[in-house]
Amino acid sequence: MTPTGYFLEHLWLIPLFPLVTAALMLFVGRRIPKIGVSVLCVGSVGLSFIHALGAVIQLLAAAPENRVSQQILFEWLTPGAMHMTSGPPVQFVADWGYLLDPLSCVMVLVVTGVGFLIHVYSVGYMAHEGGYYRFFGYMNLFMFAMLTLVLANNLLLMFVGWEGVGLCSYLLIGFYFLKKSASDAGKKAFIVNRIGDAGFILGILLVAMTLGTVRFTSQGLPRLMTFLAPGEQMPHHVLLPATAGIVQELNAALDAHALAYGAPVLTAIALLLFIGAMGKSAQIPLYVWLPDAMEGPTPVSALIHAATMVTAGVYMVVRMNAVYQRSPLALDVVAVVGAITAIFAASMALVQNDIKKVLAYSTISQLGYMFLALGVGAFSAGIFHLMTHAFFKALLFLGAGSVIHAMSGEQDIRKMGGLWQKIPATARTFGVATLAIAGIFPFAGFFSKDEILGQAFDRFFVLWIVGFITAGMTAFYMFRLFFLTFIGYCRADEHVEKHIHESPRAMVLPLMILAGFSVIGGWIGWPEVFGGENRFERFLDPVLVGVMPETGAVKIAHHAFAKEILLMVASLAIVGAGFWLAYQFYRTKRIAPELIASKWPRVYDLLFHKYYVDEIYDALFVNRTKDLSTAFGIFDARVIDGIGVDGAGWLARFGSTLSMWWDKWIIDGLLNLGAKLTQLLSFPVRFLQTGMFSSYALLILVGLAILLAYYEQHLSVVLRGTR
Amino acid sequence: MLSIDHYLFLGLALFIIGVIGVITRRNVIVVLMSIELILNAVNINLVAFSRLYGDVAGQVFALFIIADAAAEAAVGLGIIIAFFRNRETVLADEMDLLKW
Repeated sequence: MTPTGYFLEHLWLIPLFPLVTAALMLFVGRRIPKIGVSVLCVGSVGLSFIHALGAVIQLLAAAPENRVSQQILFEWLTPGAMHMTSGPPVQFVADWGYLLDPLSCVMVLVVTGVGFLIHVYSVGYMAHEGGYYRFFGYMNLFMFAMLTLVLANNLLLMFVGWEGVGLCSYLLIGFYFLKKSASDAGKKAFIVNRIGDAGFILGILLVAMTLGTVRFTSQGLPRLMTFLAPGEQMPHHVLLPATAGIVQELNAALDAHALAYGAPVLTAIALLLFIGAMGKSAQIPLYVWLPDAMEGPTPVSALIHAATMVTAGVYMVVRMNAVYQRSPLALDVVAVVGAITAIFAASMALVQNDIKKVLAYSTISQLGYMFLALGVGAFSAGIFHLMTHAFFKALLFLGAGSVIHAMSGEQDIRKMGGLWQKIPATARTFGVATLAIAGIFPFAGFFSKDEILGQAFDRFFVLWIVGFITAGMTAFYMFRLFFLTFIGYCRADEHVEKHIHESPRAMVLPLMILAGFSVIGGWIGWPEVFGGENRFERFLDPVLVGVMPETGAVKIAHHAFAKEILLMVASLAIVGAGFWLAYQFYRTKRIAPELIASKWPRVYDLLFHKYYVDEIYDALFVNRTKDLSTAFGIFDARVIDGIGVDGAGWLARFGSTLSMWWDKWIIDGLLNLGAKLTQLLSFPVRFLQTGMFSSYALLILVGLAILLAYYEQHLSVVLRGTR
Repeated sequence: MLSIDHYLFLGLALFIIGVIGVITRRNVIVVLMSIELILNAVNINLVAFSRLYGDVAGQVFALFIIADAAAEAAVGLGIIIAFFRNRETVLADEMDLLKW
């Protein structure tokens, strides 16, 4: 029985609400009063959330294996014959359609739910900023693009959303576009993402060429009529014309031995798509844009650069899990890149002094965690961490925004401290988020992080070690941030300190709700060891069908009770160690951090300057690109302009000189000759024209006299005759 | 008793005065007045011959000419006023725009 209902039939409304208000804001927003902007923009996201919630509830009413609702609004790219790399031509079609299955359920709820809270927060945060309507216009446009991304039923439409969120990210990072660093950061994000997107689109093309379709699944769509005699067999490409999804095509191709498990083309697809994910989700080596993206307003950092957009890569990989699971090599690459990113970014977060930069590196590190999970085949654990991370990282960023708000724009944690009493609501919610990200039982982060570490332990011990150390570093830098910001005495300037105040209710309320989710959000994935049933994984299972046994990802092995408990204790122990270190450094000051730094100045320098990656990239790529541009510029000036343009100009001038000569001497010459002749001939007559009418009158009189004399002489006979 | 010759001589005298005025005077208003004299010289001629031959057509023509003279005076003076506004002169020898 397929799920139905009002909300499922109106899935397309979910992205439409923010699109409408975004259009309104960007076209006529200047004329709408502030209160109207707030109501419209927050309200539209709220409506989206309600519709998303309704759709999810209606989907849950169906049996687990039927929880797919797919709706095709119209054919976007009309069918055309396309030759695949193997086999006969197929009808290629891409439609504008929306797909709701357990995976998109999670994403759509996170995006609209967290998005709605952040919109509410922004009403307070942006209240005194210029370009209020522009900000909300971009935010709503982002919501539309992100919802298109997570609800798309095919790769091409997903790419539309993918590019849309990239654009909005660019616009919002550069929101304060008069600030050079902000507009530079926007450009950097956009350009780095281009590299990833190039890989992504190549991946999409390769999928289309190999499988003949870009639709994810044909599940949930009405069956095609087939006119086959009973028992008649058709080649799989014909059997599944155009409407088949990637999952079905892949299975059919594997069954027909057109593709093998671990075929190079599958690895190529998976790796190309992963390049896209690396760009969007800030993985090594394309992570450099995310720390700079903190130039945007803080709600933007929370929504786009922590909770939703940067997780698009994770979502995409899970969405394409059918391909990844059939390519062990690609999975290994994902896992290794994720693990390296996790520890690398965490190490940079250890020494940052900007509150938002710490959180930015922490985001990169946590995204690395998610990819580590995907790479070891624990797709549901990755999505689980994505969800809990959305809660506590959005909360951390919003809390940081509240702190910055209170500190009159100060972002340096060395100039904070002692805010616990002054902004209690912010401080307490921030504390909850810190516990959650550090992974303290029973906060949300504990369950998801532990799930990932447990799976990594089974798959590959070294990866577990990396994740394990990262967990300790995470605890250290988060508690360092917490202690420096909220505990101790205030190190701010006097007039800043006098001005510290709690944020308005519109900002505090979202913080509290998110804090609630940071506490209980992990409980839906309550592990079986503690007597739960890990509902979250069961819920996602239908999306992850078709898992190959060889990868070992088929059913995540459930280790012995003792082993699992041991792993949990171990990770709690290293988190505790991180906490203890931070406590000694920044609370009791028994160990001075400066002492450690001066003991290993090289290491500290390396970390403080973020491994000089930006400098290396500048030297290797950016400046080389600039050199190339300069060379092209010289080529342009010398060859294109010099020979081409100037040469053409010279030719044109030469031709026109000739033409001018002809015109002047021949055409005009003839004309002038005629005029001169006339002048010459008229010379004697001219003297009669004195211009004085009395002389004319005299001439008339003389003429009359002559005429009369003539008549007198010759016509006297006639005159006399009349007498 | 006045004969036809008296009338003809009077007309001749008026005509000659008018022609001399047209040819010699610089002021175009005077020229216009001289033209009126010429016209009235013709009128006298016409009326005289009309009386001589007992044909009333001559008098009718005289009336036509009077009407024509009135119209001519109106148009002529209008032109002069318009010209005066532009050039601030009514002297004929200064009206030389069309001279080569």
